Amino acid sequence: MAVSSRPALDRDLLRLLGDLLRLGSQVDQQIERAMKALRTRDLQLARQVAEVDERLDQLRYQLEQECVSTIAMQQPAATDLRRIIAIAHMTVELERMADHARGIATIALRLADEPLPLALTDAERMAEVARDMTRQALDAFVRMDAGLARRVAGLDDEIDALYRKALGAITERMRQDASCATAATYLLWVVHNLERVGDRATNLCERVIFAATGALGDYKPEKTGPVA
Amino acid sequence: MIFSNTLSSMSKTAVAIGAPIESGVKMRAEAVSIFYGAFRAVAEVSLPIRERKITAIIGPSGCGKSTLIRAFNRMNDLVAGARIAGAITLDGEDIYAAAVDAVAVRRRVGMVFQRPNPFPKSIYDNVAYGVRLADPRTARSVLDGIVEDSLRRAALWDEVKDKLKESGMALSGGQQQRLCIARAIAIEPEVILMDEPCSALDPIATIKIEELMQDLKERYTIVIVTHNMQQAARASDYTAMMMMRPDRAGEMIELDATQVIFTTPKDKRTEDYVSGRFG
Repeated sequence: MAVSSRPALDRDLLRLLGDLLRLGSQVDQQIERAMKALRTRDLQLARQVAEVDERLDQLRYQLEQECVSTIAMQQPAATDLRRIIAIAHMTVELERMADHARGIATIALRLADEPLPLALTDAERMAEVARDMTRQALDAFVRMDAGLARRVAGLDDEIDALYRKALGAITERMRQDASCATAATYLLWVVHNLERVGDRATNLCERVIFAATGALGDYKPEKTGPVA
Repeated sequence: MIFSNTLSSMSKTAVAIGAPIESGVKMRAEAVSIFYGAFRAVAEVSLPIRERKITAIIGPSGCGKSTLIRAFNRMNDLVAGARIAGAITLDGEDIYAAAVDAVAVRRRVGMVFQRPNPFPKSIYDNVAYGVRLADPRTARSVLDGIVEDSLRRAALWDEVKDKLKESGMALSGGQQQRLCIARAIAIEPEVILMDEPCSALDPIATIKIEELMQDLKERYTIVIVTHNMQQAARASDYTAMMMMRPDRAGEMIELDATQVIFTTPKDKRTEDYVSGRFG
């Protein structure tokens, strides 16, 4: 329709979308900061990740509240309703991704006095792909592009492959040198956090597909077992 | 096979009498077009009405919803110049067949209107009216039982049991509408048609009617025309979406489970309508 007959609902949808993208952008930065803190042993930056995470928790609750209000006040249906429900779910996914970034920052603090037992090459690449997935998933949501979301979800395979490779390398390193077991265990947590970020980025794609088509259940990420 | 005739003169059948009854389908509109004189108000609507389910008909004003629902119990017969093409079946039999009496159809297919229209009689006499009409010699004790049972099924008994002799007109709007439902079910219809039954009621009375509909569908097949999207979403099992064509005739553009219509409709026009995005 050329002229919307629901300007109030459109305003609410636009605000929700803007807030979701802001949350997504901050989560992206949190992952970047956490990896940088780990790589450069920047403890101040690691602490900053924790501080920002508190604010993101608040933003998540605010967004969820806005979704509830919009549903109650505007009584949306069909695509409008699916978009709002998708935003509520994506908000939770993004907030949890930020928790994983915070987890990595916490490890950066714990590893403060110890040398890294292995190069971070695989982990860096995992973070890079996960961030790319997150940005593209949000882009697909703005465009309501289910095809793009499906393609982006497929990128998680690389993260899973890197995860398995990293697990092998870290356990091998532990076998070779028991003295680095503690630090190597922390590295396991790092790659596990990144693997979960990839899963959650896949979940974002699922929600885009739901918003665009109404279909649920595409691209269930494989569950990985607990680490350490 | 399509036939066309004036409603007042009845017609021959379009569907063979005694044709196998489709399982689960109580009534069916088959390529139904309805004309008022030269004007075609409804065009080629085919709509199955499933037994003991609630089917909602939605769509913007002027799309032919009320005209269509009134055809399900031949109420349009009473409109001069109205005629129908196509067929409407009840248990597989064409209700417009020459041998079928419109009054007999209306006994099996009752109707509740937009505005509550109790007769200017007592509550008791309102409910007993149709039963007495069908059989003036009905014993008082039998009538008492039917009145109580109908008022109970219409969820009105507890509110009126001590004032059955008082005028039906003295009740609140919501109570009046439930009285009309009690009156409709007193003659044991199989199908109840409801043409915007809550449009004159407040939200609480509306919810009561919707809850009542859920009880009633245990025994009756219900068709409801509503302008209220939330009502269709809350109360019905199936939803038919109608639209006005450029020639102003109403057509059915989508029929599906209500949950599908309100979450993932297939037609863009349905999407726009249920989202309140017309205009």
